[in-house]
Amino acid sequence: MKAAIIRFPGSNCDQDCFYALNDVFHVETYYVWHKETSLEGFGLIVLPGGFSYGDYLRCGAIARYSPVMQSVVREAEKGTHVMGICNGFQILCEAHLLPGALVRNRSLHFVCKHVNVRVENCRTAFTNTALTGQSLNIPIAHGEGNYVADAETLRELNRGGRILLRYVDNDGAVSDPANPNGSAENIAGICNARGNVFGMMPHPERASDARLGSEDGKFIFESVLVSAGFIKAEK
Amino acid sequence: MMKEPAITPGVIASHGITPGEYERIKGILGREPNFTELGIFSVMWSEHCSYKNTRLQLKKFPTTGPGVLVKAGEENAGVIDIGDGWAVAFKMESHNHPSAVEPFQGAATGVGGIIRDIFTMGARPVFSLNSLRFGPIQGGGAAEKTNRRLFAGVVSGIAHYGNCIGIPTIGGEIYFDESYNGNPLVNVFCLGVLKHEQIARGAAKGVGNPVFYVGAETGRDGLAGAAFASRDLTEESKEDRPAVQVGDPFREKLLLEACLELLATDAVAGIQDMGAAGLTCSTCETASRGGTGVEIDLAKVPKRETGMTPYEIMLSESQERMLIIVKKGHEQTVRDIFEKWDLPYAEVGVVKDDGMMRVLDHGHTVSEIPASKLANDAPVYSRETKPRPAPEPLDAASLPVVDNHKALLQLLSHPGIASKNWVYRQYDHTVRAGTCVPPGSDAAVFLIREANKIVAATTDCNALYCSLEPREGARIAVAEAARNLTCAGARPIAVTDNLNFGNPHNPENFWQLVECVEGLAEACRAFNTPVTGGNVSLYNQSPAGAIDPTPTVGMVGLIEDEHHITRSHFVKAGDTIILVGELGSELGASHFLKVVHGKKAGHVPKLDFTKELTVQEAVRSLVKSRLVKSAHDCSEGGLAVALAESCMSGGDLRGAEINFGSTGLRLDQLLFNESQSRIIISVAATNASAVLSLLEWRGVPARSLGVVGGEALVIRADGAELNWTLAELHKAWYFSIADAMSAN
Repeated sequence: MKAAIIRFPGSNCDQDCFYALNDVFHVETYYVWHKETSLEGFGLIVLPGGFSYGDYLRCGAIARYSPVMQSVVREAEKGTHVMGICNGFQILCEAHLLPGALVRNRSLHFVCKHVNVRVENCRTAFTNTALTGQSLNIPIAHGEGNYVADAETLRELNRGGRILLRYVDNDGAVSDPANPNGSAENIAGICNARGNVFGMMPHPERASDARLGSEDGKFIFESVLVSAGFIKAEK
Repeated sequence: MMKEPAITPGVIASHGITPGEYERIKGILGREPNFTELGIFSVMWSEHCSYKNTRLQLKKFPTTGPGVLVKAGEENAGVIDIGDGWAVAFKMESHNHPSAVEPFQGAATGVGGIIRDIFTMGARPVFSLNSLRFGPIQGGGAAEKTNRRLFAGVVSGIAHYGNCIGIPTIGGEIYFDESYNGNPLVNVFCLGVLKHEQIARGAAKGVGNPVFYVGAETGRDGLAGAAFASRDLTEESKEDRPAVQVGDPFREKLLLEACLELLATDAVAGIQDMGAAGLTCSTCETASRGGTGVEIDLAKVPKRETGMTPYEIMLSESQERMLIIVKKGHEQTVRDIFEKWDLPYAEVGVVKDDGMMRVLDHGHTVSEIPASKLANDAPVYSRETKPRPAPEPLDAASLPVVDNHKALLQLLSHPGIASKNWVYRQYDHTVRAGTCVPPGSDAAVFLIREANKIVAATTDCNALYCSLEPREGARIAVAEAARNLTCAGARPIAVTDNLNFGNPHNPENFWQLVECVEGLAEACRAFNTPVTGGNVSLYNQSPAGAIDPTPTVGMVGLIEDEHHITRSHFVKAGDTIILVGELGSELGASHFLKVVHGKKAGHVPKLDFTKELTVQEAVRSLVKSRLVKSAHDCSEGGLAVALAESCMSGGDLRGAEINFGSTGLRLDQLLFNESQSRIIISVAATNASAVLSLLEWRGVPARSLGVVGGEALVIRADGAELNWTLAELHKAWYFSIADAMSAN
């Protein structure tokens, strides 16, 4: 079993994701250059954070046209687990693998801080080692993390249990002050209808080492690695 | 070919070249220079590139030590051993003048420049810091409005570049003072990691080796920026906006990855970034270091614009460019890597054995200058000095009595002391997954995963001290930096400095510079922290006058064990708070005087190296014994501010009950004096008496001040009691900058 980390020009969390998968979870991990056209044989595909193509036109808007994205779409259709973090989430939305879009933060400023996100549905490929209602402390760092979608899409996401993470306060409650970027319904992470493609704005790879203040990001990686068959569940 | 302007006395003067310097140029060339050559000399012999006014002073710094692998001045940045075959390259550099006229791009390209200096050494940049200074931002006047615009622009410029390139900005300092009106300081620091054998050199070695230009195309931006940075800022400086470069962090990210990928092969004989003085500086410096010559043809240089003259190409400071001397036969490796990263590259020249920097344009020679003389034979000046009068001693007893409750809130809400969250929220400080202690503590702490080493870093300079007594102020800047590292659990290892001063032709300004340099040198010897490089920025003056002398110190330390990482905030109710050091009494040059009484006056607190070292060694030893739960340096605002900060800086608010007992001091003098060599620690209550007795045994003055806990900071002394709720402290401290910035 191998995991792939896609490297777009301007990706800058690729090495952090590599360390989380390779060093923390001992998964055989490879970087895949955006000009590659095949992702055959990977059990997990990660689109890391960063500023792909400088985010110059619109976050993720150019990256979706990278040669490798056709293979990402193909693999997603086959059911391979695909996970986008921050800029990766933006690219997945631009590529229509996930609904909605991520626009400029409500404050108009880049925001970097630790936030609490609540697991809204633990019966998914990306959250199954956590519990529904559990708060995870994971940092965010983005200028465009404000999730928007039309009312119908939001209804569908809610109905399908596809909102996996919401920003919450220290008491685990969804509130406006706890919403760091203005996202609709405090949404921090969603998955597709089939449940194999997931995007989240917080950075679990920056919360996978106690020395950095939190290991809660490991719940996300562990869940997907269990679902994709890389490791066995401990529960 | 376009005809170049004739050389007239007016043309020479407009290049900032004195008649004496012009004679020297003629002596070197054995003839009159042409226009392009004059331009080349003017940028290479600017203060920014040649250090002609400061070279004699910089020699006073201690630059050697057992861990120094690359010394100051040898290369783009110094390199220090951190053990197990690993090393760090780090340096601080200023972008003051560009930021004054175009804050966003000025600051952004400052970050880009310092990052290039680091990866030029073969190191992977892992984090940045910055030291920023502006005029006051609170108030409705035109000056404050301008200062807010500059401050907001600089912060977003740093955020734009650092966040995009993916190098975390994890700490630094910010001050606000009238002396920086119209002349902000933007000093940026970057640190990178490498293995000893990966150290790359900026030398053009190997006659016959091809010279490659890689990175962004050359445009007309930043023309002669180094010369611009070596003049006073005036009303007309905004006309110099073309001298400010435009940065593209995305390009630099690609350039960084491509260069590191290339350096990991065996293809590179030498590498140099094109920073100040661009193509000029990189060609003559590599030739000079290699003891060779370099010949380039400008026709082959990738260009962004048409019709650029040789003068413009040689003096352009377009960003994100590098010069690489490639080992003959390895050209294809370079082409493959730069094509992979979609970056422009071109073979533009060759290493020669004649010691000349020869510039051709379509095969015609447009300039021919002995490289090493151009790089190293700039005139060296010893400027006239005139001591400023010593400050009058302050009679603390004569100060009007103020409301001390209000005074602490006033100090905490002063933007220089207030929380900098408005700033560091905008910086990605967690990318690279290594930030152990984020901004807001005494020093930033970073886990360098590649090397499995933990480093701490800080920047410090109390320019108010330096304005009153420059030598003492500079000594304290080094001591405070070391103290901050000690508080983080680190052992200081080396220093980079950024000397920001006014026009050196003013004897008082130059005296300040000499005093500061000697003070820094003395202190660096005392702390055994060699200076590994840095930057000089002179001519920091606006029509209102010179800035306060600001010799910013960037210091790096090593933390041996992750359990030694210590933060400034109280962690547990019931812990005992201990002051390591004396109560102190010196109010001169304090922030209390400045902020509450509106005075920059009095003597700077005295620093005794022996005392300081004893205090720091004692705290480090307690940290190693894992007895210290928090440690915070006592600096601007004195004991009261330090205690309040320890209550708040951790995010969770924790109160404290303090009892000083009977001190015999006036309350304001006790609360706000800035005597040196003091650290406030907290320890488990059960360990308190053991810690106190250990300190006593080491001969370090120390006393228990009280206990962590409650919803307020309560201070009792000499029968008086003061009480601040955590909510009121937090409101004053945490939102002050955001509130100021929301005004218009």
